[in-house]
Amino acid sequence: MILTYIETREKKIKKSSLEALSEARRKAAELGTEAAAVLVGTGIEGLAAELSSYGASKVYVLESGSLDRYSTQDYAAALAGLVKKLCPAAVFFSATAMGKDLAPRLAARLGVGLASDCTQVSAGDGGLEFTRPIFAGKALLTFRLTSSPQVVSLRPNVFPLAPAAAAGEVIRETVEIPATTARAEVTEILQESGGEIDVTEADIVISGGRGMKGPENFELLREISALIPRSAVGASRSAVDSGWIGHQHQVGQTGKTVSPNLYLAFGISGAIQHLAGMSSSKVVVAVNKDPDAPIFKVADFGVVGDLFQVIPPLKEELKKLRG
Amino acid sequence: MDILVLVKRVPDTESKIRINRETNSVVEEGLNFILSPYDEYAMEEALRIKGAKGGKVVAVTVGRDESLVILRKCLAMGADEAVLIKDPLPETYDGLRTARIIARFVQAKYPDARLLLFGKQSVGADNSQVPAMVAELLGIGQANVVVKLEVEGETATALREIEGAQEKVFLTLPAVVSAQKGLNEPRYETLKGIMMAKKKEIPIVSIEELGFKPDELAPQLAIIKMDQPPARQAGRVVTGVAEETARQLVEYLHTEAKII
Ligand SMILES: Cc1cc2nc3c(=O)[nH]c(=O)nc-3n(C[C@H](O)[C@H](O)[C@H](O)COP(=O)(O)OP(=O)(O)OC[C@H]3O[C@@H](n4cnc5c(N)ncnc54)[C@H](O)[C@@H]3O)c2cc1C
Ligand SMILES: Cc1cc2nc3c(=O)[nH]c(=O)nc-3n(C[C@H](O)[C@H](O)[C@H](O)COP(=O)(O)OP(=O)(O)OC[C@H]3O[C@@H](n4cnc5c(N)ncnc54)[C@H](O)[C@@H]3O)c2cc1C
Repeated sequence: MILTYIETREKKIKKSSLEALSEARRKAAELGTEAAAVLVGTGIEGLAAELSSYGASKVYVLESGSLDRYSTQDYAAALAGLVKKLCPAAVFFSATAMGKDLAPRLAARLGVGLASDCTQVSAGDGGLEFTRPIFAGKALLTFRLTSSPQVVSLRPNVFPLAPAAAAGEVIRETVEIPATTARAEVTEILQESGGEIDVTEADIVISGGRGMKGPENFELLREISALIPRSAVGASRSAVDSGWIGHQHQVGQTGKTVSPNLYLAFGISGAIQHLAGMSSSKVVVAVNKDPDAPIFKVADFGVVGDLFQVIPPLKEELKKLRG
Repeated sequence: MDILVLVKRVPDTESKIRINRETNSVVEEGLNFILSPYDEYAMEEALRIKGAKGGKVVAVTVGRDESLVILRKCLAMGADEAVLIKDPLPETYDGLRTARIIARFVQAKYPDARLLLFGKQSVGADNSQVPAMVAELLGIGQANVVVKLEVEGETATALREIEGAQEKVFLTLPAVVSAQKGLNEPRYETLKGIMMAKKKEIPIVSIEELGFKPDELAPQLAIIKMDQPPARQAGRVVTGVAEETARQLVEYLHTEAKII
């Protein structure tokens, strides 16, 4: 069995968890085993149907009042209990903020190795093989985990969604959570303005660099973003360090790694640290007035020109498209 | 209050990475190594807390003699002590292994440490594994990817970044906190600091001293290969009147790439 941890926020399943489940099902089929899913929290049993439509033959529900809000320690304890009982070959996570917080904690609790932020999984003779970018994508490492179960986290936006009908039998499990004294509790979630989507989750990222000239011009990028569903505004470090936009928007080696379907770079030169964060994007478009800017070396489509002149007609064209 | 800061030596972010295909490892020759940037935020935060609440800041790394350089940097920034835990293996390729060594060290040498500060990930391996694993092994709470930290007596409040929002985490000490950009602005070492750091002795702790049996730390990760990623190809470039280039771009996205 490959067990996939399904992340929920506000009783909704994260898309990246469905990506992880889709990949788990593909690999389970190759290994001749089943894909199962696990939900943790309260009032989430109703989500099981959605999981069966992505290939989960069983959906385990770990429900308990104390699991209502995410807590690394309690969630790791609950999951470890289930994993010990089921002995799956592998446990998949999505490498989201929660996945990155929880997967290592579970691996350490089970005393096993962790393959984090993988961009490829293949079923070889000796079981699963994992590939992940290291040195911010400047090299790729392929390895096996020798301990069992294999705990794995998958980079969001990389693995294709694959709807597939399966039984989706719901199995409720009771959980025992040991009391701990040195604890961490999430007491509050502070939403960012407008509840915009994060650059790591967006299908399309529209980024600005120093060429944007000032904070007010990031409004232009937000206007483009408003015309494109599931898009988010990103930035280079120069723009962030100038205080033009918050650092949660920074893409690059010391910012976020994104793999959207489309990455649009406005007034970004393409420094090695920036490329590190976006070179796994499926399509890259650059608008830059300098024909020699390094960003053009990685762009599928480049526009040499002044971004302030290109953006207004670009918006018009996008509006036309939307009818 | 004793604060431990866990730091790692990594290649600087400008580095061109070359791979030795025979050994499946990174060619270290010609690389410039630095203190991992996120660990600098962790160091700075430790020094600020010490400034406000008193106590002692200890920088610790697991690595080879080469890592002494980054410990000197931490001392020059203002750490009171630095310790090298000497790992005989060149590169372990295993986050849990590093975490086990760190957890055992804390229990043996600094059982009273109230705060263990880390970088949110080491640039290089980019694993984001070690802090949460150490917290689990020590049975204490954690807050990762933290952009704000306030310590109040035996508790702390951290703001941690999640997608499109922040989680406020209430910690009972001791606890693990890993630093994200935005937490603070790291200070530069002063000349006086650098001079003092040169004179300080850096104790070295061996793996045996921590009571590990040889097979206890066997890596759980078997490398198959290390590759250069496929290079992206430069595509089409258009220039000219803005209206025309904008039209071409949207046409490309719509009919060719089929994204919009
Ligand atoms: C340790 C370390 C970590 C780093 N991490 C990151 C990171 O995570 N992310 C990151 O982005 N950077 C990072 N950097 C910084 C990186 O080296 C570059 O300095 C930065 O990416 C440059 O940002 P930029 O492209 O916006 O600015 P610039 O390099 O100044 O480029 C601006 C570009 O805008 C173009 N331009 C100007 N005006 C116009 C106009 N009107 N129309 C069209 N084009 C125009 C120019 O031709 C130029 O190419 C890091 C650096 C270090 C040392
Ligand atoms: C090319 C390459 C590829 C690798 N790939 C993998 C892999 O896929 N899986 C894997 O498990 N390991 C891998 N490693 C091994 C890795 O370098 C470490 O041995 C171990 O995983 C530490 O994790 P990290 O550097 O990823 O730390 P992270 O968990 O990303 O580091 C977070 C923080 O932990 C602390 N920390 C990490 N290492 C140390 C240390 N040695 N001493 C003190 N504090 C430390 C620092 O505060 C750091 O900022 C790889 C190493 C290299 C060089």
